[in-house]
Amino acid sequence: MGSYVPSSAEERKSMLAAVGAETLDDLYAAVPESVYLKSPVIPAGKSEMEVISELSAMAAKDTVYQSIFRGAGAYHHYIPSIVKNVINKEAFRTTYTPYQAEISQGILQSIFEYQTMICELTGMDVSNASVYDGASAAAESIFMCQARKKTKAVVAGTAHPEVIETIETYCRSRGVPVAVVPAKDGQIDKEALAEALTDDAACLYFQQPNYFGVMEDSEALIAMAHEKKALAVMGVNPIALGLMKTPGELGADIAVGEGQPLGLPLSFGGPYLGFMAATEKLMRKLPGRIVGETTDARGGRCFVLTLQAREQHIRREKASSNICSNEALCAMTAGAYLTAMGPEGLAQAAKLCLSKAHYLAGELAKIGYGQAYDKPFFHEFVTKTPIPAADVEKKLAARGILSGLPIGEHEMLWCATEMNTKAQMDEVIAVLKGEE
Amino acid sequence: MEFPKNLTYAKTHEWLKKDGDLVEIGLTDYAQDQLGDIVFVNLPEVGDEVTMGESFADVESVKAVSDIYSPVTGVVAEINEALLDAPETVNGAPYDAWFIKVKDVSEEEELLDADAYEALCKEGGEA
Amino acid sequence: MELIFERSRHGHKMALLPACDVPEAAPDFPLRSEAPKLPEVSEVEMSRHYSALEQQAFGVNDGFYPLGSCTMKYNPAVNETAAGLPGFTELHPLQPEATVQGALEAMYAAQRLLADITGMDEVTLQPAAGAHGEYTGLLLIRAYHEARGDHGRTKIIVPDSAHGTNPASAAMAGYSVVPVKSNEAGGVDLDALRAAVGPDTAGLMLTNPNTLGLFDPDILEITQIVHDAGGLCYYDGANLNAVVGRARPGDMGFDCVHVNLHKTFSTPHGGGGPGSGPVGCKAFLADYLPHPIVAKDEGGYHFVKPAHSFGRVRMFYGNFLVAVRALTYILTLGGDGLAEASGMAVLNANYLMTRLKDAIDIAYPGTCMHEFVMTLEKYKEETGVSALDVAKRLLDYGIHPPTMYFPLIVHEALMAEPTETESKETLDHAADVFCRIFAEGRENPESLHTAPHDTAIGRPDEVTAARHPKLRYVWEK
Repeated sequence: MGSYVPSSAEERKSMLAAVGAETLDDLYAAVPESVYLKSPVIPAGKSEMEVISELSAMAAKDTVYQSIFRGAGAYHHYIPSIVKNVINKEAFRTTYTPYQAEISQGILQSIFEYQTMICELTGMDVSNASVYDGASAAAESIFMCQARKKTKAVVAGTAHPEVIETIETYCRSRGVPVAVVPAKDGQIDKEALAEALTDDAACLYFQQPNYFGVMEDSEALIAMAHEKKALAVMGVNPIALGLMKTPGELGADIAVGEGQPLGLPLSFGGPYLGFMAATEKLMRKLPGRIVGETTDARGGRCFVLTLQAREQHIRREKASSNICSNEALCAMTAGAYLTAMGPEGLAQAAKLCLSKAHYLAGELAKIGYGQAYDKPFFHEFVTKTPIPAADVEKKLAARGILSGLPIGEHEMLWCATEMNTKAQMDEVIAVLKGEE
Repeated sequence: MEFPKNLTYAKTHEWLKKDGDLVEIGLTDYAQDQLGDIVFVNLPEVGDEVTMGESFADVESVKAVSDIYSPVTGVVAEINEALLDAPETVNGAPYDAWFIKVKDVSEEEELLDADAYEALCKEGGEA
Repeated sequence: MELIFERSRHGHKMALLPACDVPEAAPDFPLRSEAPKLPEVSEVEMSRHYSALEQQAFGVNDGFYPLGSCTMKYNPAVNETAAGLPGFTELHPLQPEATVQGALEAMYAAQRLLADITGMDEVTLQPAAGAHGEYTGLLLIRAYHEARGDHGRTKIIVPDSAHGTNPASAAMAGYSVVPVKSNEAGGVDLDALRAAVGPDTAGLMLTNPNTLGLFDPDILEITQIVHDAGGLCYYDGANLNAVVGRARPGDMGFDCVHVNLHKTFSTPHGGGGPGSGPVGCKAFLADYLPHPIVAKDEGGYHFVKPAHSFGRVRMFYGNFLVAVRALTYILTLGGDGLAEASGMAVLNANYLMTRLKDAIDIAYPGTCMHEFVMTLEKYKEETGVSALDVAKRLLDYGIHPPTMYFPLIVHEALMAEPTETESKETLDHAADVFCRIFAEGRENPESLHTAPHDTAIGRPDEVTAARHPKLRYVWEK
């Protein structure tokens, strides 16, 4: 059995004697006899070598694709070496939430830097220290918009299906009504939206670019929401923000999103992070931890967790959210990624995504995989597939390529990023044409 | 500690001032002292109904939140928005830092005069 | 320390991405008017910046970390090796099932082991943290009552010693909260509980051992009272580390449970996350679990949707790499190792408490579980020195302070949890430091009021921070 207990039998004996016990079992007198386990309920422990070989064997069963054309909420981007280096620093990885500011300035400052970068990226005034993921960020944002007579959440049906489902789950238990507005030609149906935006609408949530990769008409959507005195919440892709007009510039009230593209590996879905930013007016409605600047007793600049009276450990059942843990190390990763990329690097990554996706879309169209929607897009797009989408997936998988995601019998959601070379894309085309 | 004579007081440490048809409500000197540094005041909206004995606002210190109770039933006519940017006035000048003005007052709990309230605070309050 | 924005110099950069090898596309959507003001630094400047930040972070290996209720145990290196395997880190969450059989196998193994450890029948790994798990568990309870048409159950009972997340999670799940007081021994007051339950009781949330570090000896009666009233029992696994391998919530009468992988199962805290809060439940609740969960048949491992799943609480499957770390830990320790770990956590706490009890009041003397609570109420009356002062002075000795001012029912509380991964030598040293500080407070209280003295910064002005929030860096014009 493995163990991380640093004590010898003699030491244990002397400690037991000091507390007046003979065995460890003696310390559990408060546990009713009937529930105290007489024997272990899981197998015995193993050596480190055995365990790591067991896990390595599992990992070896998985296919690691080099050529990935799938996004749909998780994106394959280049992660600079320095980012991995920074994140593996032991003190960052193992430290607790920085409640003791005097010994935690490194963590607090990193979060303050992250918050600033998220504000810069989104064009919003304030950011929190991150939440669990993009979907829970979207769900939490709905609760920020609740007002006395305005409770209904209007949600674009063009958002990621799992984001919509998370919003619905969160809202159902709180009795918040949700209206999902259907899609029309790959964008939110504006007529249906106008109908859904009733006087009791608290907010409109939509995603930019949307689940189908299509750019929504943000300006019009936000205007429609504001017309009905509903707040506008934008779910945004952070890499796309290297190019596209920001939620701040567009007049959105809240910007949220999945932060995984900012330096986090695909990791089979987690850990990721959700970012949340808002106008100053909504600052105190932001859930979760927030770091602020202040001065210390010696007069110098320092950072602390602040606005804590919003949070569950103080407000308890009156808190607007129950969130306690954030995704601090993932937020630090995002901050490190944006630092390494810089303004130029981020713009370059965004332009590469755009160009590669448009090249791929063009080449696919030439072989009969026409785009489903004739709309502006960033790095994802839907095509029709002349053969069943599932067969496209199989055909490419046989060549070590992860295809786009089948989202209908003859529909596929493709994604290209800076990771996809022209050679990789040309190979996709060749395989689908049957030349290879 | 001050207990101005021109005001009336609730046992839950709010002061009241009649201002024509309106009733001004704030937090007493004793209460602000007990709560410590106030960092934010959550106010209701104009037009909200307040109910005698129920919370209408809360004040935040760094590590605590405290409800503020209304000694009257009525409708919020005005809120003191200046408190949102300068919550420290609740500590510095509690009797200037009114929270809300209430109109259409239909009910009012039994209130104390300055002497009776001071006596209550000397006993250690009842909040 | 300089902010990264202050280190930024125009034109400094790194060469990370290649030139475009396809025709450049022109965006046909509205563009941002100016680039975000991200830092412009070279790699060496960035590297030094983060090294400077690291020097002002206090990790588990930087010193004793007796942070009550947070379980700052050592984070084994092998966990990181396992979580770093490319066969796990490089998987797209939406790959075909046949190409991720190893990942599903790991998830399934973690589900089964956590079920066995907690005495539950089914487990979801989806919740991202403890509070997220609480919320998930309460949604299970809600789905159960609703499915039975039992719509009058609107209340969740929470003891007054509970973590703030419990009442907050109950409110998020649409319940009102009924607090029950603790009895003199620190456990649930049975009479108060009997008075609190009724046809409107949806369930009880209980941490056991509780936040006072006490195992409730009435646990079987407590869960029985709630069940008799038609409610369900939720086990908050925040303190499972005290009894893991020795007692199971499922045997105590609980119907569902969350476990904090970043506490009991040694995954790192990361400065506040990522955590992971898998939820386990008895078979009669399993059909309501969030989807998907992993199932196994002769064809291999599959994602399945429970028959009446209430939906999902986030995207994808949970903090997978955190679950891999916890799985590694559980396989390494095994049933015998887990029991050793919990036993030693309890022994270490009792040993430290014994070493301190002549120097300071213990809120509930007598045998504790993995943590104990000191109360400085009397000490403060005598010396003017508060729990905060003592906590801050500990920083000067390189010891992370215990949890302060929690649980709320103990005044001037310091809650210490040494964990099993500290040696007798460390505990003896820490006890000496605590005693020295308590003595110092009697002789020279000022030195404690102004502590810490030797840290990178002095006490921060939290009042100004909250009154006039500055939440981002602002460039001078």
